[in-house]
Amino acid sequence: MSDIRQARKALARRILEGAGRASLSERRTAFNNSGLAKQPGALVDKVARHAYRVTDEDITAAKVSGLSEDQIFEIVVCAAVGQATRQYDTALAALEAATGKE
Amino acid sequence: MRLRILKSGHGFGTKVLFALIRTISRQPVLDIIKLVKYRSDFYGGPMSGVTHEAMRGPSTWSVGDRELMAAFVAKTNQCEFCTRAHMAVAQRAYQRDGKWLPDLLSDFDTAAIEAPLRATLLMLGKLTREHTVAADDMRAVLAAGASRQQIEDALAVCFSFNVIGRLADAFGFFVPGPEAFEAGAKYLLARGYQ
Repeated sequence: MSDIRQARKALARRILEGAGRASLSERRTAFNNSGLAKQPGALVDKVARHAYRVTDEDITAAKVSGLSEDQIFEIVVCAAVGQATRQYDTALAALEAATGKE
Repeated sequence: MRLRILKSGHGFGTKVLFALIRTISRQPVLDIIKLVKYRSDFYGGPMSGVTHEAMRGPSTWSVGDRELMAAFVAKTNQCEFCTRAHMAVAQRAYQRDGKWLPDLLSDFDTAAIEAPLRATLLMLGKLTREHTVAADDMRAVLAAGASRQQIEDALAVCFSFNVIGRLADAFGFFVPGPEAFEAGAKYLLARGYQ
């Protein structure tokens, strides 16, 4: 059966602990969608909650705040992976509660 | 594409690859390829490992079923690029298996679809839309005939496309015509996500 556990760990480790242009703290807070300044906090929250509403102006605002394109790239990736991770973990916990398997 | 680096910031070798893709497929390079090839050690490489396992790893769900799940998650996220891309792959995969692709994106309630897959899609839709599900939601899927392992496999697909769809929309992927998605679908069905 398919097993994404190792691959998911490797992805999280790379984006949160590996080398990057955004700081480790910025990437971690983007992943968690908490504790960020107004920018890129507003962009991160949009990516996490309703990415289809992100506009050109949101990206421009992040640039105007002083972030480079590479930093925005990394922060948006962390925001997307973070939200998907919370959804996935919540669902696995619900499945365990339903089946009683630890 | 909203970031210039994703549009044209790739290295020389990658640009040559893009030229090759354009020549062979006679289609523009899809923005998803530009994303995964940009600084691929950061995102594209590690994410491909996740997505390939979820979409092509061993599972009692068929490849077509998993592509349909991907399209359904994308539709729920209102991601047009991913919806079109993965409906095109699902169409080819079902055709290959001699099956009709259920028309669930336009009419979920009446689409010809087996109970375990229908219940699984409903749960994935709720998880994607509301960001959470409860034990009762999982019991409903199990009662419809899906196994615990099938649910885990479906959640792996859901994880991948809850990442990819967000990135497609946040970075503003260009949505090309059906021919480009057909070319992409042909590749994904033959080669997978790695």
